[in-house]
Amino acid sequence: MDSDFVQTLWLTGKLATLTTIILLLLGLPLAYILAYKHFRLKPIVESLISMPMVLPPTVLGFYVLIAYSPQNAFGKFLESTLHVRLAFSFEGILVASIIFSMPFMIQPLVNGFELIPKSYREAAYTLGKSPFTTFLKVLMPNIRPSILTAVAMTFAHCIGEFGLVIMVGGNMPGETRVASVAIYDAVQQMDYATANRYSLILFLISLAILSLIYGFNGKKKRDVRN
Amino acid sequence: MVRKKEMLEIDVKRKMLTSEGVHTLHIKENIDAHELLCVFGRSGAGKTTLLRMIAGLTQPQEGYIAFNGTTWFDSKNKINVPPQKRNIGYMFQNYALFPNMNVEKNIIFGQKEENQDEIENLLTIFDLQTLRKQNPNKLSGGQKQRVALARALASHPSILLLDEPLSALDMEMRMSLQREINKAHEISNVLTILVTHDVDEVFALAHKVLLIENGKIAKCGTPGDVFSEETWARASRLLHEISILSDSLYG
Repeated sequence: MDSDFVQTLWLTGKLATLTTIILLLLGLPLAYILAYKHFRLKPIVESLISMPMVLPPTVLGFYVLIAYSPQNAFGKFLESTLHVRLAFSFEGILVASIIFSMPFMIQPLVNGFELIPKSYREAAYTLGKSPFTTFLKVLMPNIRPSILTAVAMTFAHCIGEFGLVIMVGGNMPGETRVASVAIYDAVQQMDYATANRYSLILFLISLAILSLIYGFNGKKKRDVRN
Repeated sequence: MVRKKEMLEIDVKRKMLTSEGVHTLHIKENIDAHELLCVFGRSGAGKTTLLRMIAGLTQPQEGYIAFNGTTWFDSKNKINVPPQKRNIGYMFQNYALFPNMNVEKNIIFGQKEENQDEIENLLTIFDLQTLRKQNPNKLSGGQKQRVALARALASHPSILLLDEPLSALDMEMRMSLQREINKAHEISNVLTILVTHDVDEVFALAHKVLLIENGKIAKCGTPGDVFSEETWARASRLLHEISILSDSLYG
């Protein structure tokens, strides 16, 4: 196996893993708020989070790229104050990927929280437990299937992301070239053998992840029925 | 200084949406702190809402609630003590046992500080030793209720609130669980307030009954006082219905 191939797969895995971990940490409190709290701007927040489901990745990619540009306020701030340049870098595709995969993490978690009977939280409160203890000891363990679905969907979606990465990160080996971009690149150069190697691996990983979710959720349903 | 009598003082108002439109629930009563009290009324009368207001799970629109001289809710002074600080045991209609914990863990979760001797004691009192490692989803209604009672008592509450605990059970189970509730009250000697719409249950359990009608306390007293007329009215209605039925069948 050549080093380019390994490097690209490693980068793909790293991007998906980091995106998933960061999104899980952000997603749990955010989904809790969306499931249980009422505030006036909630529909706007919900819509913004869900936008990547309906928008072409190129639209989001385009705006993210514009935002990263040092010629604009945000990009200038990043470069002059934090000395970070996000356009065409790994950190840049990581941030974009977090934004873009957000609905895949948030929606299953919100559904999970909403399905828990309100009386569980209330029972914990009457037993003297704080909302945080209730979150850790009662809510989190009872939405485990939703957490698994959210993590697996986010990871699988990240591995397959193409449009956004090529817009924001381009095709830099070792920095922003992930498997989906490498496939496109290989096909452009009529290197079908390489394209096939990447494609087959992405195909198998996605199949394995989805089978895991369906298998687990199917078992859960059978357990509940019996 | 004269020490204030131990009691739960309630004077609360809250608008309620029912099938017959909006009406105001207004409850004003002082309840002795060691009583076993039944709250009785038709469904939608506001029984559960009253229980939830005492627990701090639902906020009254105005009024006050105080227990043994400590204010829990006061709309004028904007006081609203959260449920965590009221030290209550609440048994929900669906029991709200946590499916991620077995029977024993559910009861331990109720404790403020873990005390295994007390857990063993509660498991024995409520006859749960053989079920301690069971998942709550696998239990029968009666078993769930015993776990919920044990869990509520594990927190050493000052008030035990039971929301229609016996509604979904058969006759035999009801009798045995009425005994459990009596037992729970005897062990803890704390104010126990039980919501019901079953007259038999009131007679089997209550020292005192609070009858809610049209959003207000219609009557308050011993079961005998409150139900003498009511029971007669029900009995005569029933006789009337039987005579109509027999007329239509044989007449």
